Parts: sequence; C-alpha cells; structure tokens
Amino acid sequence: MVTETSAKNPTKPTGRVPRKQQETTGRRVFVAVNATLLVLLCVVMLYPFVTVLAQSFSSAGAINAGKVNLLPVDFNVDTYAAVMSNGTFWRNYGNTVLYTVVGTSIAMALTTTYAYVLSKKHLKGRNTLIGIAVFTMFFNGGLVPNYVLISSLGMTNTLWAIVLPNAVSVFNLLVMKSFFEHLPKDIEEAAQIDGLGWYGIFGRIVLPLSKAMIATMVLFYSVQYWNDWFLAFLYLDKTELFPVTLFLRNLIAGASTTTSEGAAATGSTTALLSTNIQAVTMILTVIPILCVYPFVQRYFVSGIMLGSVKG
Amino acid sequence: MSLTQDEQTPRPATGEAVAGVSAVTPTEPRRLAKRKRQTWREAMRRDWQLYSLAVLPLIFLAIFKYGPMVGNVIAFRRFRPGGSIFGDEWVGLRYIELFINDPTFWQVFANTAILGGLTLLVGFPLPIVLALMLNEVRKKYFKRIVQSISYLPHFLSIVIIVGMVMQILSLQGTVNQVIEAFGGEGIPFLQRPEWFRAIYVGSEVWQTVGWGTILYLAALTTVDDSLYEAAKIDGAGRWRQTWHVTVPGIRPMMVTLLILNIGMFLQVGFEKVLLLYNPLTYETADVISTYLYRVGLVSNNLSYATAIGLFQALIGLVMVLSANLISRRMVGTSLW
Repeated sequence: MVTETSAKNPTKPTGRVPRKQQETTGRRVFVAVNATLLVLLCVVMLYPFVTVLAQSFSSAGAINAGKVNLLPVDFNVDTYAAVMSNGTFWRNYGNTVLYTVVGTSIAMALTTTYAYVLSKKHLKGRNTLIGIAVFTMFFNGGLVPNYVLISSLGMTNTLWAIVLPNAVSVFNLLVMKSFFEHLPKDIEEAAQIDGLGWYGIFGRIVLPLSKAMIATMVLFYSVQYWNDWFLAFLYLDKTELFPVTLFLRNLIAGASTTTSEGAAATGSTTALLSTNIQAVTMILTVIPILCVYPFVQRYFVSGIMLGSVKG
Repeated sequence: MSLTQDEQTPRPATGEAVAGVSAVTPTEPRRLAKRKRQTWREAMRRDWQLYSLAVLPLIFLAIFKYGPMVGNVIAFRRFRPGGSIFGDEWVGLRYIELFINDPTFWQVFANTAILGGLTLLVGFPLPIVLALMLNEVRKKYFKRIVQSISYLPHFLSIVIIVGMVMQILSLQGTVNQVIEAFGGEGIPFLQRPEWFRAIYVGSEVWQTVGWGTILYLAALTTVDDSLYEAAKIDGAGRWRQTWHVTVPGIRPMMVTLLILNIGMFLQVGFEKVLLLYNPLTYETADVISTYLYRVGLVSNNLSYATAIGLFQALIGLVMVLSANLISRRMVGTSLW
C-alpha cells in the first residue's frame, strides 16, 4: 500500500542513468566552474539569513555603526529577552498558530473532497466542475470587490476574514486531483463490488492511501497561512487579533497602527532604532518554518512533480 | 450497486440530455462508446455521493471567488458604503472614462508593464539555466544541498523578505558598507526611485529562482537516455547534446510556464511593492494594484478602483488566452 506511492514517486533520483563521458580537460573546467557558481548561489541565498541572525544577537549600537555582517558584534541576548517578554508579540504569535490550524483544516477539507470528485473521469459534468475551479485561476474578482464582500458578510475583525478567502488554492487542487487519478483503480473497484459507497471508498480507502500527498498539502497550506499578512492587514484593525507577520510588518514600517499609509514618512531613523528588534522578530517568525523544512522539503518537491509531470 | 452493471444498461433517454455540458472526457474513447446517452437522472442516482462531496467546495467558490467577480459590476454602478454590495444605480462607463483620462493611471500602467516585463525577462530564463546547471552535477549530495538551499526563500513570508532587503540595503547594511569600504558614498537605496526596479527584480529572482527549477528538473528526468546515446553516436559533444536533446525535452514545460507567467504579467507582486515602496519612490514603484489599493481602500473611491481592477483582470485574461493560442499554433503545446 504505502510502497505503491513511493514506487510511483517520480523524484527518485536513481531513475536517471548518468551519461558516461570521457573526462576531457574542457569537461573538467566546466564541472569546476559549474560547481563554483552553484556554491556562490548558495552563499547569496544564505547571506541574508546569516546577517539577520547576526543582527539579532548584536547590540543596537553596533548595528547602527554598520559593523554587523556575518558575525554578531557585542554578543547579547537582551533583544530576545525584550521581544519574548512582549505580551503583544506572544498574542500575535498565538494568533498565527490559530489561523494556520483553522485555515489549513478548512482548506484541506475543501481541497481533498473537491479534488476527489474531479478525479473521477466517468462523472457527468466533470469538465464543468473542473472549469469552474480553473477559471478562477485566470480571472479573479479583484481587490475592491473582495473587500466589499468580506465587509458586507460582517467578517471584518474575525478569524473568518483570514481563513476563508484563500481556502482553496486551485494549484493545490489540481495537484491533488492528478494524484487521485493515478491511484490504482482496482482497489476502489473491488471496494465498490463489496458494496461500499463513494463516501466509504473516499474515507476508508482513498484517504489512508494518500497520506504522503495529504501531508504535502497540509504543509503547503500551513506555510501559506503562516506567512500571510495581507488579509490581516486589510480586514483586522485590532492589535490583539494580528498575526505575527503583521506585527513584524508594522515594526518594519515603523508604525504602531495599521493605518500607516506609506512607510516613507517614518524614514530610516525610526526603523533604525528597532533593527535588532526586527531581526529577532524575523528569526522567531521563521524558526518554525526552518525547523520543519529539512524534513518536509522532499514531500514538497515530490508533490509538485506528481501534479505537473503526470497531470 | 456496481459501476459496471449500470454502464451496461444505459437508458434510452433522449429528452433529458442537458445541452452544453460535456459529460464525457474525450481521453477515454472506450468508455465514451459505452455511455453515450447518460442522463443526469442516472448520473445522480449512481454518483449522488460524489456530487454531494462537491457541494461545499462549490458553495465556497461561488461565494468567495465568483461573488467578487460579480461584484465587479460596481465598476458600472454607484456604490454606497453600507448599501448593496452590487451598487445602487447604473452610471454607465463613467468610471472607465475617469481612469482613461487619469494621467496617474497611465503612469502606473507604464510602471507595471516595465516592472512585469523586467521580471519576466530576468525571472523566466534563470530557473532554466539553473536547472540545466543542476542537471550537470553528478554528485548527488551536492546537488541536494544546493537544491535545499535555493528552495528555502520560497517558503518565507513576503514580510520577512522585504525586511531582509531593507536591512541589507539600509545605510548601515552590507551593500553600503562595501560601497564605503571602496571609498564611495552610501546610497539610501529604498528612497531612490531609480533603484526600485533593480531592488524589486533582484529580490524577486532571489526568492523564486530555486523553486522555479523544480518543474524543469522534473521534466529533465523524463528525457529519454537513449536520445543522448544516439546524439553521442552522431558525434555530438556535451553542449550540442544539451542544446539538441535536453532543451527540446523541456520545451513543453518552458512554454507552459511562459504562458502562465505572461498571464500573471500585470499582477506584479502587489504585496511586495506595497511593502517596499514609499512616496519617494512612487515615480517608478507605484503599480496598478497599489494605485487602486490607495484610490479604493484608502481614499474610498470604491467604484473607480473596481473599474481599474476589472480592466487589469481583463487584460490578464486576454493575455493568457492569446499566449495559449499562439503557443498552440506555433509549438503545439497549450494549457488546455
């Protein structure tokens, strides 16, 4: 059962036989240059993280003097202590967790059921159902009509304004659909002969078979909700409801309220004072993602590939 | 009841077939023959459980996706806060005329096109190059490390990315430290309109280049190895193998992604611009979506902003459709 999914996994790097080549000088130079460029790329990718990490452990004075690059200067953990003793920070952090959990649950319920229905090729009206979803990828209602809708539904300053508007990602839906399409059909057919309805087949057979895929989707949606700040920016104006990303945004914008139109007025001086606070908040916001990332990135990748190559 | 039994006893229903709905996928000719005249009643009886699973998602799409689409009518109607979300009375093309005669609109339109064009120009080919480079790496662990590191920025919140950009480019940041070390004068990059485009495109590439390789790497695994053997027998070196075997192998993927990118062309990262820009850089940084955000939600000209948004969405739709049409005609690949 479980091996089925891993056997189908197209990411398997062993699937490709390396081309045999005679090691000419040109080839060796190419390999060296290629490797050097890739190492450089990694340095560029990692540098901002390292800098922010260094700043988070440095004193404000050292940062303002422009001394902090790769390593902390005047190493201290005072800023961490200051941020972590901030009640608003923790409340906002908790909100992020709440929005992520509720949002991901709703998104998963909607996505898996709809993807399963769309994966049934015999279903009458299937193309219409697919079209209804895909069309929203290429044409959307736009900012203002969305805003008007959410306000008139009375969702402003509630959790629903954060979790509902983006609950179905059409991309994830299509990835999931093509995954379901490639599940072995005979198991479902056997279950059907045994008298199981679609509910039973979906809940008792298909879902347990799709654990790896479901895990991938849960992670996709979790990252989406964890990182979101804009819906909160639009629809929430009570600080105690903010997610941590909006807390951070307001730090960066040097503003204490959401009504800060144009971060410019604040200029660099205000932002400068709080550079190490910003750095600490950034690190604390990113940590959960960094912690799960090494373990899940292969699922991310295989999920994407499954949806694209086979779909 | 089993699926096969039902299939074998189709009802000769004629009047009930609903026109306009293609019920059978053309990819399955065998089934097509079996189920020529399936009526909705039969389909419902057999698959009502499946249809019922689709109800909640459909309600969701209707409210949160199609609701705002219909809500676009306020581009043609006067909207009163607290009134109907579909507006109160028709005003015709008033708001359309308004933005067509608005010089700021054309300024932000040009900014959007330039920013979108630059992003496409730089951001589209780089993942292909990187994927080809990764494809040449034979040490698996090295390849995996590079991939892991380059995918990472994709998972960061835009707020974090912008925060990092601001710190690195600040007067105390690394870039200015380097400039000063070489005797130059520090530059307040984020206050300078002439730097905005470079900052935007640069950070966009930083965030997306790694993740963008995934689809190409997937496509590369499907290239048949015997083609390389054949090319080698024909005397092709590494570069010509890459050019004549590898690149054609990923061409469908390139076209597909190009179509998608062209469709998103005008939707340049609204959130990122909103976080990065400030009145000092509006001159180059202000794009359609940020302009309509300020006009609509900050200054409360909802109908006017909706008209602009509708215009932008329609251009996007037209561009995807035409890119798709062109690629189907010329390359034989299309999204649908």
